[in-house]
Amino acid sequence: MTSFSAARLGSAALMGRRILITGVSRYLGGKLAHRLERDPDVEAIVGVGESEPEVDLERTEYVRMDIRNPLVVKVIQTAEVDTVVHMNVISTPTRVGGPSAMKEINVIGTLQLFAACQKSPTVQRVVMKSTTAVYGAGPGDPAVFTEDMGLHSAPVSGYAKDAVEVEQAARDFGRRRPDVLLTVFRFANFMGSGIETPLTRYFSLPAVPTALGFDPRIQLVHEDDAIEALDRAIREDHPGIFNVAADGVLLLSQAIRICGRFPLPVPLPLATPLASAMGRIGVIDFPSDQLQYLVYGRVADNRRLKERFGYTARYTTRQALNDFVAGHRLRRFVTPDRAERWEQELYDILRRRGRTERAAISSGTA
Amino acid sequence: MAQVIPFDQRREGARAIPSPSTAVESGLCQALTARGRPCRNRALANEFCRVHQPPVPVERIGPFDAGRVRDVLDLLRRRAIGEYTVDEFGFDPEFTEALLLLVKLLYQSYWRAEWIGLGNVPSKGAALVVGNHAGTLPIDALVMMFGVLGEHPEHRHVRLLAADLAFRLPFIGPIARKMGSTLACDEDALRLLGAGELVGVFPEGYKGVGKGWKNRYKLQRFGRGGFVQIALRAGVPIVPVAIVGSEEIYPMIYNARILAQIGGLPYFPITPTFPWLGPLGLIPLPSKWIVEFGEPIRTDSFGADAWQDAMLVFELTDRVRHTIQEMLFENLMRRGRAFL
Repeated sequence: MTSFSAARLGSAALMGRRILITGVSRYLGGKLAHRLERDPDVEAIVGVGESEPEVDLERTEYVRMDIRNPLVVKVIQTAEVDTVVHMNVISTPTRVGGPSAMKEINVIGTLQLFAACQKSPTVQRVVMKSTTAVYGAGPGDPAVFTEDMGLHSAPVSGYAKDAVEVEQAARDFGRRRPDVLLTVFRFANFMGSGIETPLTRYFSLPAVPTALGFDPRIQLVHEDDAIEALDRAIREDHPGIFNVAADGVLLLSQAIRICGRFPLPVPLPLATPLASAMGRIGVIDFPSDQLQYLVYGRVADNRRLKERFGYTARYTTRQALNDFVAGHRLRRFVTPDRAERWEQELYDILRRRGRTERAAISSGTA
Repeated sequence: MAQVIPFDQRREGARAIPSPSTAVESGLCQALTARGRPCRNRALANEFCRVHQPPVPVERIGPFDAGRVRDVLDLLRRRAIGEYTVDEFGFDPEFTEALLLLVKLLYQSYWRAEWIGLGNVPSKGAALVVGNHAGTLPIDALVMMFGVLGEHPEHRHVRLLAADLAFRLPFIGPIARKMGSTLACDEDALRLLGAGELVGVFPEGYKGVGKGWKNRYKLQRFGRGGFVQIALRAGVPIVPVAIVGSEEIYPMIYNARILAQIGGLPYFPITPTFPWLGPLGLIPLPSKWIVEFGEPIRTDSFGADAWQDAMLVFELTDRVRHTIQEMLFENLMRRGRAFL
């Protein structure tokens, strides 16, 4: 009921809006565009991406270009964009041709985009996708990160460091254009039936490598909840930084079992070489700087999102993972049904043995 | 056919009639009443009336109750498919309670732990349990934690605050989290207290746990009173706890500082058995333990900004420290010899 009325209220707020989405060629950006397309109140959607969109789009005006291209300013101006959704901070270097290219796209691209937004008289709202990876992951970190905690073990390399710099660029932009509504989302790791990330590929491996002697806490967010949060930030006014993460936490070992896989513990010193080797042969593109997460884990507090947005993620971490298992038709070695059957069989065997023993005793005494 | 039911399996007051055949034919209950007269009630299908039904024999598998076997199998199945819950700190109550069975043997039979003043640990709501720390390895914290879980009437979990070293170490780190420990930092402590948990903290830290044998039962500096600030900010009572017995489990006669530096450890203990006996040297000695919880010190009457009042923080820190030191001396006197 409440979501229905909120949606009705929201569509009024979208009347005549002209929205630019960067990173539209990727799954999540495409999904968001797709969702906005269905709302007739949205006047125009412009999607910018460097390759053909993964998601089929109808009325989104797709501009194939790199956001580092100075033409972005032109696009924003000619399309009279009032809302910019920046989703082009990427975590997988191989797809774009190496870590330095990734850094270029992430940091320089964002700086250019914000420069363009700063110049534009029409832009009133910027929504940016960031990541909880900005908090880092280490043994000296608090168990649960809130938005205004200082960045304890601030990431020193890779995607997480890019995200820190991108957020800095957003803050600078916010200072220069205080009239623009700026919402920054720090998403937990995405999970769901449709999305593909290094983490979904990781959980799809037949034997899942883990750091020997470590069992980190993991927290996910379902792709639908991520889209919902983005959509609400476009419709409603919620300036600030928000963690977007599901309720509930799983241990990595637990998650691997839910996926019906087996863990393959690897001594910590071998983890980084293994990860880069797997990346090189194309099994999984897991940036080695993110291995910290799979050793020490990270959990973010989602209370602020709940309070200010009035929105609680519909999927818990466990449900998001279950949806991934169901959606990817993961062939599990141990399914809950099978485990239940084994339990019953084992119990029956034990009972039968107990009974024959008893019979033997009584016949012996008789 | 009449079932032969051994005496001990019958209901209270029901005794078998020496020759049941007459009762069976009459359709009456076979049992004798409490006064020793034959029961006159109509028998049900199994030749006993509703009052004198024999107990259903408990099915057993080997020496175990079948229901218990089922429970254990069920637990194993759920663990195998990840069907259990940990909280946001990674705390796994099921794991911890299973571990209690083991630890209880240790503190009850091996260390013969005596528990005094468990009633001072609140039955519900948040509190900060503050104790002395000793014994080279933080065994005392674990014994205190499992003691409250095992011996307190409410079987509460104490959430221990540990140094980051614990979470850096393989195997130790994840187990510490599963047992409900978390990093000793303001954020985590306040979060746990805010959720109404019992939080255990040892302000002496490494200075306490890694102090030499000659300083046994002498409380070291209590940090900078951070724990008092936390209690004041959360407005929760401080429960002092004095642990006697932990000093003797690994008597550290020498701290090999150079080895500690090489290994990146806060200290490197040399005890009468370690490292001379190798892994055997890790077996703690069977000292006698006394754990006493003192009266709670309330902190909710000082006001919201009291935690910034350095003088008050110092005073309270001192008070907690003195309370613990006094309890330590008292129980040391009472205990007499540490071993046997």
